[in-house]
Amino acid sequence: MGMYIFLGNEVMLFGGLFAVALYTRLVHTKEAVAASKALHYGIGGANTAILLTSSLCIALAVEAGRQGERRPAILWLVGAILLSLGFLGLKGYEYLEEFQEGLKPFTGFDAAIKTPTQHLYMDLYLIATSLHALHMLIGVGLLAYAAIAVSKRWVPVPERVITLIVIGLYWHFVDVVWVFLYPVLYLAR
Amino acid sequence: MGTRTQIVMIWLVLLVLLASTVAGSLVFTGVAGLCVSLGVAFTKAGFIYWKYMHVGAQPGLLRVAAFAAGAWLAILLMFLVVDYFTRGVG
Repeated sequence: MGMYIFLGNEVMLFGGLFAVALYTRLVHTKEAVAASKALHYGIGGANTAILLTSSLCIALAVEAGRQGERRPAILWLVGAILLSLGFLGLKGYEYLEEFQEGLKPFTGFDAAIKTPTQHLYMDLYLIATSLHALHMLIGVGLLAYAAIAVSKRWVPVPERVITLIVIGLYWHFVDVVWVFLYPVLYLAR
Repeated sequence: MGTRTQIVMIWLVLLVLLASTVAGSLVFTGVAGLCVSLGVAFTKAGFIYWKYMHVGAQPGLLRVAAFAAGAWLAILLMFLVVDYFTRGVG
């Protein structure tokens, strides 16, 4: 129950950002849509597929752990780590592209972004996605710990599979946040 | 159907829903587009919560704990939308 309550706090954290996104979209529709169209929705879609697949790996790792299958559990965890690193790498590439296109702060931001609302939208995009990326980095650390702990038998399975379940809850939640971030930020039309 | 098969089937459904989100954004615009994209997102989140996050297998108290923050957030968003409809903006 502790992890569910912790994730409830996270819902409120990201919920504030979603509230701003919703209001911006409803009240300043044209400018929000123009800003959204400047984003790379193909890269965002690919990253969504990668993240959903990492969630599949975690779910299969937990199931392997429940059955006491140590080696498959480790392999699925490693698969999830590789996918999440792929997500972060693609996100970094996307940030670089946006930086060069003048969509990011510091260089060319004012030239590419025409109105204060578009400015707000890009700020919101940067804050929301970087906060999500920070959560992913923490998640990767937890997954790496889980893989090592199961490998070294610090976390024996199936006896202590609850450790994998709790880490899995965190990871799936990070996935759920992205499931909402993607359409709200990238697909406003 | 075995547990592993269910897990893989849900992943396939999630990928189909992802494709439908993108396709929906090309077809629907404005408030209709927002409703479609959020509807698909809630469906995806429901699958993840219910099966991958094991909420479907939990007793009632844990389900309440899992969804309580969502209820508070819904209240916040409800007031936000009320503001939108009553101030005559947009």
